[in-house]
Amino acid sequence: MADHVDMTKGLPSNPEKATLEGRNKFLGFWIFLSGETIMFATFFGAFLGLREGTAGGPTAEELFQLPLVFIMTMLLLTSSLTSVLAMYAMKRNNFKAMMIWMSTTVLLGLAFLGLEIYEFVEYVHHGLGYTTSAFGSSFYTLVGLHGAHVVFGLAWISTLLIRYAKSGITLTNAPKFYVASLYWHFIDVVWVFIFTVVYLMGIGGA
Amino acid sequence: MANELSKPFEKSALSEEDLYKMNKEKKVQITSFAFMIFLTFLAFIAVATEMVAPAFAVPFILVLAGMQFFLQMFYFMHLKDKGHEWANTFIIAGVVLSTPALIALTFLLGMTKY
Repeated sequence: MADHVDMTKGLPSNPEKATLEGRNKFLGFWIFLSGETIMFATFFGAFLGLREGTAGGPTAEELFQLPLVFIMTMLLLTSSLTSVLAMYAMKRNNFKAMMIWMSTTVLLGLAFLGLEIYEFVEYVHHGLGYTTSAFGSSFYTLVGLHGAHVVFGLAWISTLLIRYAKSGITLTNAPKFYVASLYWHFIDVVWVFIFTVVYLMGIGGA
Repeated sequence: MANELSKPFEKSALSEEDLYKMNKEKKVQITSFAFMIFLTFLAFIAVATEMVAPAFAVPFILVLAGMQFFLQMFYFMHLKDKGHEWANTFIIAGVVLSTPALIALTFLLGMTKY
């Protein structure tokens, strides 16, 4: 257990896996991600099955705008990189840099969320309500579920940032930051499939 | 014990060699980020400019998404690193289990109803 960690030389090179608790968090989190994969797949399946059912309402081609989706994609991809950089800072025991990179991740995530809310409001104005059509319901459910994950991730990372604002990198909080960054990457992975399957395939016909 | 674990460290235990390896890894990750941006551009351009025939565009962007999935999982989420055997097992199991579910749902909803 933790007593095997040599703490005299300084922060271990993999602080997130230095303790048994850290390793358990890491493993448990991958099990959770496996479940998340299956859950998202079912929502994707439902969307793919129902996307043609516009019931006379607006269609994907009429609504979606590539520039907006492109900007959202770039924001989320970049936030994925900043959380990678935060993990490097963590391994080097550079607390300040880790906090700055993690905060950048939160800011980019907030920008993404703002654009998504703007997008949804816009679509409702164009006549695509949640109950307008099968396409509308499955679109809002799938993309909204991803958005809810972003909200949760932002709340999670912000809580960590506030809770450990002054503590420095410890063997208690290193696994927490590491797992939160894994979660953030996973959100980005899901978005890659959303922009491909929902937006690009919606506009590109087929 | 718990107190020990919540104490910050004055220095890092990284050796010169560790640091060298880490910087190399960092370069690899930044390269893979650049590659992800490139793949994203490619996917958007393929659809926006209709340079690729529509029938070919869908499989094309799906392959690009698959490549991004791989890069994110194996490079950003460290699945390629040592000590990730179980992580690999879980995520591969997740993908294997969800693929038939996704295909079944698509066909079931899409073909039966419309």
